[in-house]
Amino acid sequence: MIVTVASGKGGTGKTTITTNLALALQDFMSVQVLDCDVEEPNVHLFLNPKINNEKEVSIPVPLVDETKCNNCGKCGDFCAFNAIAVVGDKVITFPEMCHGCGGCTIVCPSGAITEKENRIGVVFSGNAGKLDVSYGKIDVGVPLAPPLIEAVKELNENDCLTLIDAPPGTSCPVVAAVKDSDFCLLVTEPTPFGLNDLKLAVGMVRELGIPFAVVINRSTLGDTRVERYCQEEGIPVLLKIPFDKKFAATYASGRCLIQDYPEWNEAFINLWKEIERRVQQHAGATSN
Amino acid sequence: MKVAITSQGKDFEAATDPRFGRCQYFMIVDSDSEDFEVLSNDNIGVGGGAGIATAQMLIKHGVEAVLTGNVGPNAIRVLQGAGISVYTTNAPTVWEALKQFQEGNLEPLSQATAKSHFGRGKGGNR
Repeated sequence: MIVTVASGKGGTGKTTITTNLALALQDFMSVQVLDCDVEEPNVHLFLNPKINNEKEVSIPVPLVDETKCNNCGKCGDFCAFNAIAVVGDKVITFPEMCHGCGGCTIVCPSGAITEKENRIGVVFSGNAGKLDVSYGKIDVGVPLAPPLIEAVKELNENDCLTLIDAPPGTSCPVVAAVKDSDFCLLVTEPTPFGLNDLKLAVGMVRELGIPFAVVINRSTLGDTRVERYCQEEGIPVLLKIPFDKKFAATYASGRCLIQDYPEWNEAFINLWKEIERRVQQHAGATSN
Repeated sequence: MKVAITSQGKDFEAATDPRFGRCQYFMIVDSDSEDFEVLSNDNIGVGGGAGIATAQMLIKHGVEAVLTGNVGPNAIRVLQGAGISVYTTNAPTVWEALKQFQEGNLEPLSQATAKSHFGRGKGGNR
């Protein structure tokens, strides 16, 4: 089963929920954590996995043989991302803009375009006690996260619980992280920004057709509008974590909530039970 | 010689546009015949590669010089690849930019003046 932890707004507590859920469940089942926030992965800072595998990830970008090119410009016309341009009798490529679709090699009538690999980042894998932990780290300056996120998700194993820590927002990298999940937890906070971005995230998961619920972090701050919104929309709120300076101190020291405050263990186990129940419900509803 | 000036409006009194790839209009002036045309820039809202696409559009229009506020690294590669000279100007209006150019007061650029995504405004490169 794949459960993805996402949020519209950044800094609401995705990693807090992911890591604590993993730690709370590790004694009951095999759990794998995939940090798909490849632009700023941080799960490993809390779980401290011993890394035993590093894999470079590349995407194919065009390599032009100018002796074969007839300067027809079809490659440039085809490319939706302006990653290749025919200028007079020269072809200029912009590997950093390329999404690796291979379209230019197909439309080239003279067979002048082949592909070469362009590195975009690295996937690290290892173990933290019983937990399998992997994370992607995109190279500095690379704007294209989805192929690296997909490479992290390829490590997904079928016979365990896979927890995915998604990037914030609702753009392509988030969709890449959330799609194909069995359930999505949206973490938010009771502030105007939290509410605004939650609405965007709800729109995204509804579009993807993935069952979801909300976790409200720092729930004693701000106002009640997030809760009212969830009520009006019929969105279950599965967990609320109050604001507490002690919790912030735990986070800032690189530790997890349930390590310092084991009384929170049960809340995360109950969170899992609710998720499991809803996934089964959804499976039942869609098979009828 | 066809000169393209990035503009926020459709006439010579209009303010120059400091952006290249995502400028609103180009005033394209033929310095020999003194004809001009207004070119609306369809690349203002593209997701990425606006500078590259806009540079290609100017190449197709036979432009030989560009006057603008800033130009990014990708756009200048395409423009220079086509032998187009790029000049930066802080002239307030299209007319004054053109005058600076005609009086020989502008130096052609050899490299970009702005980083990628300059013209995308606030919000950075997300």
